[in-house]
Amino acid sequence: MKAKFKKPDSLRDVSTHYCPGCGHGIVHRLVSEVVDELNLRERIVGVAPVGCAVIAYDYWDFDCSEAAHGRALAVATGIKRSRPDLTVFTYQGDGDLASIGLAETVHAANRGENLTCIFMNNAIYGMTGGQMAPTSLTGQKTITTPLGRDPQQGDGFPLKITEMLALLPKVVYAERRCVCSPPEVIKTKKAIKRGFLNQIENKGFSIIEVLSQCPTVWRKTPSESVKWVKEEMAKAFPLGRIK
Amino acid sequence: MKFMKKKKGSTRVLSTGNEAIGTAAIKAGCKFYAGYPITPQNELIAFMAKNMREKGRAFVQAESEVAAINMVFGSSAAGVRAMTSSSSPGISLKQEGISYLAGCQLPALIVNVQRGGPGLGNIGPSQSDYFQAVKGGGHGDYRLIVLAPSSVQECFDFTLLAFDLADKYRNPAMLLLDAFIGQMAEPLVLSGQRIAHGVKKEWALTGAKGRKANVIRSLFLGEGYLEKWNLSLQKKYKEIEKKEKRWETLNCEESEILFVSYGISSRIARGAAKILREQHNINAGLFRPKTLFPYPYKELRQAAREKKAVFVFELSYGQMVEDVRLALEGEAAVHFYGRAGGEVFTPEGIASFVKKKMK
Amino acid sequence: MAVVKIDKNKCKGCGLCLGVCPQNNLESADEENAKGFIYVKVKAPSKCTGCGLCYLICPDTAIEIYEEEKR
Repeated sequence: MKAKFKKPDSLRDVSTHYCPGCGHGIVHRLVSEVVDELNLRERIVGVAPVGCAVIAYDYWDFDCSEAAHGRALAVATGIKRSRPDLTVFTYQGDGDLASIGLAETVHAANRGENLTCIFMNNAIYGMTGGQMAPTSLTGQKTITTPLGRDPQQGDGFPLKITEMLALLPKVVYAERRCVCSPPEVIKTKKAIKRGFLNQIENKGFSIIEVLSQCPTVWRKTPSESVKWVKEEMAKAFPLGRIK
Repeated sequence: MKFMKKKKGSTRVLSTGNEAIGTAAIKAGCKFYAGYPITPQNELIAFMAKNMREKGRAFVQAESEVAAINMVFGSSAAGVRAMTSSSSPGISLKQEGISYLAGCQLPALIVNVQRGGPGLGNIGPSQSDYFQAVKGGGHGDYRLIVLAPSSVQECFDFTLLAFDLADKYRNPAMLLLDAFIGQMAEPLVLSGQRIAHGVKKEWALTGAKGRKANVIRSLFLGEGYLEKWNLSLQKKYKEIEKKEKRWETLNCEESEILFVSYGISSRIARGAAKILREQHNINAGLFRPKTLFPYPYKELRQAAREKKAVFVFELSYGQMVEDVRLALEGEAAVHFYGRAGGEVFTPEGIASFVKKKMK
Repeated sequence: MAVVKIDKNKCKGCGLCLGVCPQNNLESADEENAKGFIYVKVKAPSKCTGCGLCYLICPDTAIEIYEEEKR
């Protein structure tokens, strides 16, 4: 029998700790599929975030490093500048990339580091139980915005960091996708592949933002959470190619 | 290279401490430098900006000291000799990254050219970061290998040594100096130093070709795993304590009192000893730790035996003196004299303090 | 002919696949797996067209699809 759809080689054959329906599982697999298809396993290094995907390296079968919260793009800069022949990517959540790591994110992008950045946006701090994230929506109830995020009360607005990064000259590719449905999953995989190819072709900085469902912390069923991404998140964070 | 004055054909140059560190780092094969401007180490980042780029090696002026230490983390994870430099407030920023380096067992060199603190302080010399360097600074049970040069020559020599020790033990190392040593110029001899090549790094992230995937991590959630990891770190620190202590003694056998001092303070203490001997017939010996971790406790206790008194001089309000008291365990009376806030004591000031105490 | 293999122990019962199958050929099992999840199974294996939409949406790579080799 021939395998038509099977687990990619560079994805370890283990159960993940991610919640049922979580977007991480899908995107981890997409990364592995792209790594396999582009034959990158022996030259790729992934930098894990602090967040639910902190142990992403337990699921990928290639060289990986942890990073302090928010510093993945600085760590990736160090790796890439030291071994430019390697393909280096970061995989980060919204707190990691847009809150504590905002300076590292902006400056790695501004320097045009030849890196691929996969940005998993679930509009909340999942790992720590559900506090407001920079990308939380206006009105969204979280542990630290129990009455709903209110920009008029000093809670700030949902941060469209990918649009901001797109202003920088050496950010060569910025796209926002989601993994709500099979067609969207395919588009996300295409975007990730493009992000890696840009690096291989030394083009500059690529960022792929994935609106990712978080059923447990959003207090929704997986199906409801996918609906919320499509109908609510995508309103504040429009899907498509930004740059 | 403002101060690197070299006579043609000579291997002796006039160099500042900061530039001596840069020269040695390049000689040691440092292939990655990241830093942020802060006085009094700007000469070092300037030196690296010029020389690393000229040699085709990586130089990044990072957006912050936090970013810089994390870039060093990445470079080191990739198996490359990497360093950063800063001064006291910037070193405070780096503490999380240093803890991560230690926790992940990554070699790296961190240079602290100490200045007056706490807070913004001033840009004068100090030795007020001893606790931070030697007793922690970052979170968790880790130790930094800490080397304290007392001359421009030692800035050079200890930088070579620091890279070697960091690689040998897979541990971050710190060069602890101050504004005085960093910015003063002295003759530096370049010849005779062997060029270090470092060790093979099987654990590094070089691309999983022909081997299992490597992971650089300090996170171990499973029951008992982190404890096991920590015990292996502790074992390593014990080995470092056994094998890597370095110190210098001057006139210790015959002297009636003992000075204990490191770095720039030890130079001033030597001046004070000269004054006391020539003008007051007081014979003082000097015990100078070169490594602050590992600290030469046993050797210090030995040197202090049967001394009338032990004097500790630091550009702080008393940090290393606690280790001296630990070492001596009541073996001799310990007196402390210190100045900080960016101010420096003088040989005369120290001598007068000693004379008063000896009455 | 497509052969669907569902690893019931990898399945977390998230149910995302149930809604994407064009043949409506997936359903929840009547029991839990070892981890306590009500896993998913194929209703009628012969009805599977091997489109792979379930594979695409599954966060746990619990579903794999094979093809009988053509002679």
